[in-house]
Amino acid sequence: MPPPKITAVHLLAFFGGFVIMSLELLGGRALAPWFGASVYVWGSVIAVFMLALSLGYLLGGRLSQRRPSLRKLGVAFLVGAVLLYPLAHVAEPAMAWIFERVEDPRYGSLAAALALFSAPTVALGVISPYAVRLLVDAVEAAGRVAGTLYFVSTLGSALGTLATSFYFVLWFETNTILTGLALALLSGSAIAFAAGRER
Amino acid sequence: MNGHGQALATRRTRTPHHRRFTRGRRIAFALTAALAGLIIVAPTAAAEIVHEERSLYQNVLVTRQGSRICLQFRRSGERRSQSCKDERRPRHMVLSYTRMMMGALLVMPNPNNILVVGLGGGSLPTALAELLPKAHIDVVEIDAAVAAVAERFFGFEPGPTMRVVVQDARVFTRRASRQAKRYDLIMLDAFRSDYIPEHLMTVEYLQETRALLSARGVVAANTFRDSGLYDHESETYHQAFGSFINFQTGFSLNRVIFASVAPLPDAAEIEAAARQWRPKLRGYGVRIAAFPGEFNREQDWDRTKRPLTDQYHPANLLRNGEEPKR
Repeated sequence: MPPPKITAVHLLAFFGGFVIMSLELLGGRALAPWFGASVYVWGSVIAVFMLALSLGYLLGGRLSQRRPSLRKLGVAFLVGAVLLYPLAHVAEPAMAWIFERVEDPRYGSLAAALALFSAPTVALGVISPYAVRLLVDAVEAAGRVAGTLYFVSTLGSALGTLATSFYFVLWFETNTILTGLALALLSGSAIAFAAGRER
Repeated sequence: MNGHGQALATRRTRTPHHRRFTRGRRIAFALTAALAGLIIVAPTAAAEIVHEERSLYQNVLVTRQGSRICLQFRRSGERRSQSCKDERRPRHMVLSYTRMMMGALLVMPNPNNILVVGLGGGSLPTALAELLPKAHIDVVEIDAAVAAVAERFFGFEPGPTMRVVVQDARVFTRRASRQAKRYDLIMLDAFRSDYIPEHLMTVEYLQETRALLSARGVVAANTFRDSGLYDHESETYHQAFGSFINFQTGFSLNRVIFASVAPLPDAAEIEAAARQWRPKLRGYGVRIAAFPGEFNREQDWDRTKRPLTDQYHPANLLRNGEEPKR
């Protein structure tokens, strides 16, 4: 794979990691007005993200078996953006609906986290294993490639957490940040499509 | 008497030697040594830790210094005490903010149904239960460990007219609202180790709280006077309630807000309530007669500051003086 494409894949892994943790942080804050800031609300959010990511990894690994390409990775970003964008609009009515039906705030917050955050997070989970497949061209390199990708994407996660909790919440409303994350995924998709063009 | 929330009690706690002087129990040498010790270690004067546990939400510490027992969520810092009780004068409300909160009785003199958000050591509900034996009092406290400590160390006793619900206040408020519950007086005093939890200081939360008030119901809220949040908080209350009474007094670094659905009582009604309550509150150390003169209805904050909402509530960042981009 030519160096520009390798750079593009790393950049995408970074974006993915950044968006996942930014979304997770906003998730806990979004649930608080309905389900409180009790420890189980964060428990629900973290559990749902872990569950969704695990499914995403599984799915990403399977998808990478079928003629993998950067453009297909771009589709994962596009799907992520499409699933994330409506959150700003549907979160309130969805939480109100669940709050009415689930008395126990533990299961209420779990249901809300599942309803709101699982779908986009599955899409984001696809990125890492798929990116590994794109960059691995020999078995001996597999560990090094995977290590570098985990490094880049987890660094993205760390920065996503910090940027969101230190600055984004001070500058923007929650819905504005969510829209920004959807746009970040959309631009990730554009990068993937641009870099994946056959010459 | 004890209390919850945070208050600046340092001016009192730093000078306990006054009491020792007047009693004349110590010889000159001991006094000199004690004074020297106080000068050196006063701000962190060693209080004995009588109980310590790590709850789901914070470190819960109970400290004792002389006859004073305090609930803390952290070991150091100026406003570390959430709640204090003087065991020699169990009724006396030690922390200034608890005395200020009792000013609510001037705005709503005879509440039948009361909600206290944030138990701490239970000073406010205990005093209210003694002063208003017929009233029903609900207390919401997120931390079961705090509720247990209040009963074990601070003499807080729930009973037929006073119950504690261990729940997040936001959840309690929404559920109570759906059950058509109404309160004549709601005291907002939920504090973490640093300040009020962010989701309990938004326009939406205050609107939900307002919806729980009876027709003439009143909210009393404990906040800080010197925080970078002052303008934002004032604007938040203004958005939810319109005009309110802003109560600041003496050296206390707390500010108490009184707000209501119906128009607030006028000066004559408040003076009448002060006359009614003055004798009963004397034993609690609450100088209620001096309060009305310090009730301020002017808008003394910067009205261009952004109110806090569920969408925008970087509360503690603003508290530390960070300025948001607009």
